[in-house]
Amino acid sequence: MSKHFVGDTAVLLGRSLRHITRSVDTIVTTAIMPIAMMLMFVYVFGGAINTGSVSYVNYLLPGILLITVASGIAYTAFRLFMDMKGGIFERFQSMPIARSSVLWAHVLTSLVANLISLVVVVLVALLMGFRSPAGVLAWLSVAGILILFTLALTWIAVIPGLTAKSADGASAFSYPLIFLPFLSSAFVPTDTMPGPLRVFAEHQPVTSIVNAIRNLFTQQPVGTDIWIALAWCAGILIVAYGFAMNTYHRKIS
Amino acid sequence: MATQQAPAIQVYGLEKSYKELQVLRGVDFTVARGSIFALLGSNGAGKTTAVKILSTLLKADAGTARVNGFDVAAQAADVRESISLTGQFAAVDEILSGRENLVLVARLRHLKNPGKIADDLLARFSLADAGGRKVSTYSGGMRRRLDIAMSLIGNPPIIFLDEPTTGLDPQARIEVWQAVRELAENGATVLLTTQYLDEAEQLADRIAILHEGRIIVNGTLAELKQLLPPAKVQYVEKQPTLEDVFLALVGADGKDGDAGKHRISVRK
Repeated sequence: MSKHFVGDTAVLLGRSLRHITRSVDTIVTTAIMPIAMMLMFVYVFGGAINTGSVSYVNYLLPGILLITVASGIAYTAFRLFMDMKGGIFERFQSMPIARSSVLWAHVLTSLVANLISLVVVVLVALLMGFRSPAGVLAWLSVAGILILFTLALTWIAVIPGLTAKSADGASAFSYPLIFLPFLSSAFVPTDTMPGPLRVFAEHQPVTSIVNAIRNLFTQQPVGTDIWIALAWCAGILIVAYGFAMNTYHRKIS
Repeated sequence: MATQQAPAIQVYGLEKSYKELQVLRGVDFTVARGSIFALLGSNGAGKTTAVKILSTLLKADAGTARVNGFDVAAQAADVRESISLTGQFAAVDEILSGRENLVLVARLRHLKNPGKIADDLLARFSLADAGGRKVSTYSGGMRRRLDIAMSLIGNPPIIFLDEPTTGLDPQARIEVWQAVRELAENGATVLLTTQYLDEAEQLADRIAILHEGRIIVNGTLAELKQLLPPAKVQYVEKQPTLEDVFLALVGADGKDGDAGKHRISVRK
């Protein structure tokens, strides 16, 4: 690793953060879709969904946060794709810099942009009546899970960002990820689902992550869910990182 | 430094294939320090592939290439310290301003005073007024000038320009040619690829014609001309070219002098 890795990454991170401040619409659109979903589910469907003693907005928010990240990383892939296509990626690669800093700058930008979107969504949820008795430690745990989740999905996003043939192709991969929370405990308790769907819903990563965050918010014991959630996030992160780096090295060799 | 003595670029037996397609089939050439060398060829001749290998973006299948005395495969980092690449499409950041683009490259080259470097280059490339504007508002010629200005940061001794004027209008082409001449006057070695014969004729000290993956001729313009039968004397009325007419009518690039020069050539 080059001695300039940290400095070069910081310079390139500054560049892509500037992109974000100049196209605030990407953060707004990232946050608007989950907010619209939250409004619709809480005020339209929410009355008909039985979540026991938990108010529906409290029940729903963890899943909405995951959808926010899933739609946010589409822009990570898009930004990377635009750099590849525009030739500036090759300019950077032909310069005496730490080569991997080009990729890391995009990854860190994705993290910052998604955290901003998440804060916006949480603020809207607070306006809609979301309340949590969680203390600082629980909030930090939630933040930690979301950061890990964002990094895992970001490294997935790097792959289409590097390989896509069109801008649409670069961001299309995020649709299944946005859809996944619907087949989990994010919107309705899984025990009303028919057999095979229920088995899938209860064992896919979103359910354990949603349950862990929900229990942290409601100050319930997190049980094994949090470990399963962390294992999923770490597992996806490692596998996606491996594939992304492999793709990257094939691109630049 | 020993590397100062070697030719700027030495290429022997370079080969590269994409699956079945053989793009380079044994390319040899040498570029002397401080000269402008044009790699001339039609689309698909392999020009860009050759430039990508020399700028460490691609690995050759066979052959060796040394840039500034460094092997492109084994000493890629040293090569990158010695070169700058201006690719086929202006590699500028559209969302940043012209000045921010220059500052970005200066920072990545770990130079002191990136702001001053940027301002100097903006002035030198007549972009000072546009420096604070987003690059997405620039014309094609301004974008190309910014692109070349970004390549000069840190004064790399060897500059690759891949089809620097493709897609530009005649005025912008002349601006780019002027910029390339200045580079060579300041001692840089320039390797440029082009599909335009007049561009090679205007700029290059030596011209190599790349055809179907091989260099078929390599020499100075005078040497290339000698390959054909000696010129016969003919009396031909000198007609202005359409380019002369166009430039005279629209007034070249608006700079003093240029417009007048072209107007005179029309009256000849």
